[in-house]
Amino acid sequence: MSIDETTAARVAKLARIKVEPDALPALAGEFNTILGFIEQLNEVDIDGVEPMTSVTPQMLKRRVDQVRDGDQQAKVLSNAPDAREGFFAVPKVVE
Amino acid sequence: MTKLNELSLSAARDALRAGETTSKDITEACLTAIDGADVLNAFVHHTPELAMERAAAADARIASGDAPAMCGLPVGIKDLFCTKGVPSQAGSRILQGFLPEYESTVSQNLADAGAVMLGKLNMDEFAMGSSNETSVYGNAVNPWRRGNDDAPLTPGGSSGGSAAAVAADLCLAATGTDTGGSIRQPAAFTGTVGIKPTYGRCSRWGIVAFASSLDQAGPMTKSVRDAAIMLEAMCSHDPKDSTSADIPVPDFEAALTGDIRGKKIGIPKEYRMDGMPGEIETLWSEGIAMIKDAGAEIVDISLPHTKYALPAYYVIAPAEASSNLARYDGVRYGHRAKLDQGDGITEMYEKTRAEGFGPEVQRRVMIGTYVLSAGFYDAYYNRARRVRTLIKRDFEQVFAEGIEAILTPATPSAAFGLGEMTDADPVAMYLNDVFTVTVNLAGLPGIAVPTGLDKQGLPLGLQLIGRPWQEGDLLNTAHVLETAAGFVAKPVKWW
Repeated sequence: MSIDETTAARVAKLARIKVEPDALPALAGEFNTILGFIEQLNEVDIDGVEPMTSVTPQMLKRRVDQVRDGDQQAKVLSNAPDAREGFFAVPKVVE
Repeated sequence: MTKLNELSLSAARDALRAGETTSKDITEACLTAIDGADVLNAFVHHTPELAMERAAAADARIASGDAPAMCGLPVGIKDLFCTKGVPSQAGSRILQGFLPEYESTVSQNLADAGAVMLGKLNMDEFAMGSSNETSVYGNAVNPWRRGNDDAPLTPGGSSGGSAAAVAADLCLAATGTDTGGSIRQPAAFTGTVGIKPTYGRCSRWGIVAFASSLDQAGPMTKSVRDAAIMLEAMCSHDPKDSTSADIPVPDFEAALTGDIRGKKIGIPKEYRMDGMPGEIETLWSEGIAMIKDAGAEIVDISLPHTKYALPAYYVIAPAEASSNLARYDGVRYGHRAKLDQGDGITEMYEKTRAEGFGPEVQRRVMIGTYVLSAGFYDAYYNRARRVRTLIKRDFEQVFAEGIEAILTPATPSAAFGLGEMTDADPVAMYLNDVFTVTVNLAGLPGIAVPTGLDKQGLPLGLQLIGRPWQEGDLLNTAHVLETAAGFVAKPVKWW
């Protein structure tokens, strides 16, 4: 499976990372090197083997269904690049 | 006479309890050492006022007869741990200016045990790297050099700043994290001890996530005894991390009996790699002889899927990273790109992430995105998770046959020069983790112990792998290996 520039551009778009067109050939080359390395996995007989979901056999815990904290608006917003009137501010989302 | 910053945790603890020194004095000695070691670029955020405050509090606690395990002992904290009010940016530009409103469970546990935080330590960006060269802060530098050659060497990665700081006696010990070898490889490169505990021993809460099913915190120390002391202080069951193990944390230091007679130690044939340097081969043989001389039984074992661990890792870790790092979008914290007229939310995401993430992080996020994308999820991600099941099964089978620990090399080479791998393809760098990554995939505890020097005078380490939750037993075997190897070399101070 070889990745061309179009696929590299599509992956960058999916990952929401801006990649300039002139950087795409090198990026596609790196993807191919890494995926070529990963291809070795095709040698393994995985018939009847379950995909691992948890590395330690443990039941996922459930927390008690109750309010534990809250009312921390200032703390929540303290690191925001742009916060206004108690909200995170972002560019226009809907036209 | 040993300077105070050169003390081990155990020696400093004993001296403090005996009233022979104060935390204030030890902390000042470390702060002075840090100030004189800028060229190592190990500490990237300094917190001297906070350190002196905590040292004074520790001295008061000791005077009142209340001296918990780490009371008054100055340590460094990897930049991956969120520390309240102190910059915590995971070595990344995207978290520049981020000041957490909360403290990670592990660093809180250390503070509760009386430890004194000296500052934050350099690391590869988001812990993605094996040489500390992907850090936004620039390279951390290994205090070790090749003889009289002054070419700067890598301290390893991703916990490179932690390893350099401990090896150079800038702190008594440091925290690290390990997703594929990020504690054990830098420990081996710097002649220090590093243990990654069983997955679930240390809470991941408040540690910036890379690959959540693989990440574990652990201590980086000057001795195995120190590793036992500090690991115990770091571990706890934490309701804030649903994968944190709800089992008691034993007294790890008490497990260091020095007796491993009759224990079955496995030697996996698959770790004898083609092209392995002769020095690594010799180091391993010597380690086997030491364990055997101590009365353990050496057993040849097979872990047949070892070869597939690295490729499986380079599907699973990037996949999880692409999901975890989706949160860096320029909305809630960290960097946001300056936008042009007419740019909308998508341009904000794309520009922010292009500016905020370095090349290796971008590469891994995109690889992760690809292997999770429609049409490739089964072929890559699910296949890798099934191979992971087989890798874990390999270990389960040898443990079921009575093997109590496994001895392997820690790294395929000694520390290499900074910049030496720049022109290599990304996969060449990934091979650094070839001996360590299996342990993360199987969720097991693993420890790197320095056991020798190569012909250029650089430290080399061996790795011991233990059974799940048997860190005490593993530390005891490591302690025996450490004692037999008698590794006492220190880097000659040039900085």
